[in-house]
Amino acid sequence: MPGRFAGSLSAMSSESLDTSRATGTVRVKRGLAEMLKGGVIMDVVTPDQAKVAEDAGAVAVMALERVPADIRVDGGVARMSDPEMIEGIQAAVTIPVMAKARIGHFVEAQILEALGVDYVDESEVLTPADEAHHIDKFAFTVPFVCGATNLGEALRRISEGACMIRSKGEAGTGNVVQAVRHLRSILGDIRAITQADGPELFEWAKQLRAPLPLVQEIAETGKLPVPLFCAGGLATPADAALAMQLGAESVFVGSGIFKSEDPAPRAKAIVEATTNFADPAILAKVSRGLGTPMTGIGMDEELNVSFEDRGW
Amino acid sequence: MLALQGAFASHIQALRSIGVAAVEVRTPAQLEDVDALVMPGGESTTMSFLLESNALFDPIAQRLNQAMPVFGTCAGMILLAKQILDGRNDQRCFGAIDIDVRRNAFGRQVDSFEADLNVAGFDHPIDAVFIRAPQVDRVGDSVTVLAEIDGRPVLCRQGSTMVAAFHPELSDDRRLHQLFLDVIAEERSNT
Repeated sequence: MPGRFAGSLSAMSSESLDTSRATGTVRVKRGLAEMLKGGVIMDVVTPDQAKVAEDAGAVAVMALERVPADIRVDGGVARMSDPEMIEGIQAAVTIPVMAKARIGHFVEAQILEALGVDYVDESEVLTPADEAHHIDKFAFTVPFVCGATNLGEALRRISEGACMIRSKGEAGTGNVVQAVRHLRSILGDIRAITQADGPELFEWAKQLRAPLPLVQEIAETGKLPVPLFCAGGLATPADAALAMQLGAESVFVGSGIFKSEDPAPRAKAIVEATTNFADPAILAKVSRGLGTPMTGIGMDEELNVSFEDRGW
Repeated sequence: MLALQGAFASHIQALRSIGVAAVEVRTPAQLEDVDALVMPGGESTTMSFLLESNALFDPIAQRLNQAMPVFGTCAGMILLAKQILDGRNDQRCFGAIDIDVRRNAFGRQVDSFEADLNVAGFDHPIDAVFIRAPQVDRVGDSVTVLAEIDGRPVLCRQGSTMVAAFHPELSDDRRLHQLFLDVIAEERSNT
């Protein structure tokens, strides 16, 4: 439940300038995720790319040093971006700026919070800093988004304080198949749980390794308690609309835009496709003449690293 | 319910819980079927782009000229203002209410907050959630300020237009949505 100020407002005089306020409550943190619904969050590595993203109608940008496709090629350890680079992007745009911290690296998260980023992504795309523990996200005022491949993982992240879940997909591949697999797994299990009776919910909680109260909440509401976005491998307007029709509430597009031949029109088309995801005539219109998408990697081809396996 | 982007689903849920037949509006044809419009929170730059690409800007402006009742929250308030400060240069707004609005004036997400807010005519405060909220910098003479925080207006009305800098759809209190229904009824009886 949201942490609310207990102080009685009625006791204050009407001239008082200072109204009691609570920052960083669950409602405030999940609230920003609500505002990003139906939108596209784009990975950017420079202020210029951030402007292209904002011009194209992105609801937020993810500031990072290398897009996942390059992290995949370069290898080595991938870390939080340089604060100077993040500040450059914050200065370039008016929309929310997100940034990534390594799994379990709560000091990177502290630094990102100090920089005033609007959302921290505790991300498997970076090299994990802790092989057992994720960040205690309740300890922060800034909200967190975390990846998940299945419902159990999503609920464990929510129980740690995540205020937005994104299906992981396989970042940097331009291949939507894993994103679809993860969305279907999460949403399929949610649908099954709504049909379960009391004793079955205990079993679901055990199987999912997730807190029972969250499983019971899903049985009641039929949805995650936080927004569910889709990420990892989306490269075309049709990919974005596919994720939305499957039940995602927004999409993250990483390498898919700035690794394509002509990023600006593709970015705009993906934004339009995300809004008009159920209208094939508009999807056909916006999909025309976008140039070559990023090349992409097939899942049967050799992946040097599988990002989706990171996170516990 | 303008459903281009943002928190439209929560608004629809809120409206339906008080008996309103709320529908999503993404196209000019869908706009023709509604009596009143709610513009949700979200990113105002994104919504400006989509209002143009979905060919909704001019039809909405025309309906607003004919006094269609409208309720804008956060980004919706920005879109309904006369002038946007700290926005993008190409960002258009409807000028449906005589206020100037400054984007993100309360700061970044770490400064977002919820507070008990006294509203004119309500017997107890509402739980108002402010997310990277805009601020009203100037209020015209014909605008009524219904609530303020630190002396800054956060809930205003001018005729059939109502705007809030915060998010009534994120709390369980339905009094502001009900107030908008009262505005609609009042405007109807006036014509």
